[in-house]
Amino acid sequence: MEPAEPPVPPSALPKPAPKPPAPKAEAKAPPAPPGPPDQAPPDDLARPDYLAPLEQACPGGVSQVSYWVGDWTLIVPRDRLVEVATWLRDTPESRFDFCSDLTAVDWPPRAERFDLVYCLYSVPHRRRVRLKVRLKDGEAAPSVTGIWPAANWFEREVFDMFGIRFDGHPDLRRILMPDDWQGHPQRKDYPLEGPGELLLEDPLEWLKLRNAAREAEFE
Amino acid sequence: MTDPHPVTATRTPVQFDTDELVINMGPQHPSTHGVLRLILRLDGERVVDADVVIGYLHRGIEKLSESRDWTQIVLLTDRMDYVAAATNNLGYCETVEKLMGLEVPRRAQYIRTVLAELQRLASHLVWLGTHAMDIGAVTVFLYCLRERELVLDLFEEYCGARLTYNSRRVGGLPADLPVGWDRKVREFCDIVDQKIVDYEQLLTQNRIWLERTRDIGVISGADAIAMGFCGPPLRASGVMRDVRKDEPYAAYEEFAFDIPVGAAGDTYDRYLVRLEEFKQSTRIIRQALDGMPEGPVMGKVPRLIKPPAGETYHAIESPKGEIGFFIASDGKSLSPYRFRVRPPSFCNLQVLPKLVRGHLVADVVALIGTIDIVLGEVDR
Repeated sequence: MEPAEPPVPPSALPKPAPKPPAPKAEAKAPPAPPGPPDQAPPDDLARPDYLAPLEQACPGGVSQVSYWVGDWTLIVPRDRLVEVATWLRDTPESRFDFCSDLTAVDWPPRAERFDLVYCLYSVPHRRRVRLKVRLKDGEAAPSVTGIWPAANWFEREVFDMFGIRFDGHPDLRRILMPDDWQGHPQRKDYPLEGPGELLLEDPLEWLKLRNAAREAEFE
Repeated sequence: MTDPHPVTATRTPVQFDTDELVINMGPQHPSTHGVLRLILRLDGERVVDADVVIGYLHRGIEKLSESRDWTQIVLLTDRMDYVAAATNNLGYCETVEKLMGLEVPRRAQYIRTVLAELQRLASHLVWLGTHAMDIGAVTVFLYCLRERELVLDLFEEYCGARLTYNSRRVGGLPADLPVGWDRKVREFCDIVDQKIVDYEQLLTQNRIWLERTRDIGVISGADAIAMGFCGPPLRASGVMRDVRKDEPYAAYEEFAFDIPVGAAGDTYDRYLVRLEEFKQSTRIIRQALDGMPEGPVMGKVPRLIKPPAGETYHAIESPKGEIGFFIASDGKSLSPYRFRVRPPSFCNLQVLPKLVRGHLVADVVALIGTIDIVLGEVDR
């Protein structure tokens, strides 16, 4: 059978001429910047008791406080993270001794594109707090493995999935993906189906190559 | 010091290799409960150090969730800890409900609690069977799987599936209880309570069992907290920490139950803690069935599930430990912006190198069993 002519990818079709902007669009507010809203706590809500001593002990250590559906989040500058985390773990009124989770979120167009999220829990006080650190692409975060050894594998996973490096981590290797893997899968610019710019640029060529590779493998 | 066995001229001295030996264990090894690979450094028969290699079962569930809508993800959570799928469903649905501020009817909360505890029984039965078989008690394995079959039958009657249940919905449950189901659950609880006595007779005072589990893999409470141990292993080290009590979810606040806590933090205590959890689970199930309220099983949920922009973390107590979900929603798209699972098996497995150091190779098998991992959840 004659191979059918490959369908033209939608991107190659001539685009309709852009409409002139409607006069209403100019009056609209600019779109919200990408990133989580980080809602401010309501005024009538009592702030957790460790917050005032923390701000006294580490002035400037908390740049923003956020509250949403019952969770408190402290946004911490990158260079103050270890200081704030050590204080939160050691001071009797906070005692966040259990590092429940450590992960990252990628918000691409933002200049500081990564949010590192530390979910902490206090076993004696039975409460939670989240720390958040914002990072630029290529910027390294300080490792908290010295404070919570539990963070070891979490940081390896964040490195594996997002490509964020941690200064002072004892053993920063890939953990879930193979050692020779290219790219970091959880980044938003990483395609769901796998790596390779060809897939994004020319899907038909990519498909042809993949089929040829499969046939070669079959023979 | 004189040599008690002097080498005579007729015996040639034998040179033994005294270097450290590096051996590979897994990923195709029956006692690694799936596809866990360990690289062990041995000095003779003793383990000097271990490196854990994981990722063989990585299916990218977190990445996949970013292109599925909020109801489809319930199916994906089934595939993480496939021995306790109903618990994963519960954790995910509660997180989305927290994000959207949804109210779940009281009857649905009760049924969720019953299902979660049945799932805990099923998961602990698999753990006890495989753990005992790893150590050499094959009888227990056959008995435990026989009882687990009864739980699977109950789940099959409720939601039609035996392993991956998809048994929760955001805002409630897919179906009400079948007629006569609660009677069968009660019968099952009676059976389990009897069988626990059998297991205890087989193991608790068994001399081989004691030799193989006592003082093996000891970890102190402070170390366990710092290393991120969770669930029954953490409680066996004497730390009173159970999400069901500390941050009550579903209907746990309304039931009386105890949290068993160990003292020594060894493999034997972890066994005792889980065995006691069997009894507490049947206790919770009976209370929930006795006080089962009437009413709908599905709350008022918008037709299109689309949480407002925001982030939250919510944890529940799975049979393995604290399973948490961190979900970020951008409020615009129909799928989560970021979906992250805090897998308890992953965190518990991290402690394994610390536990095995200084023990014999045969104990490695016992220690993999005692932390109760499911590789589907470790690798996601």
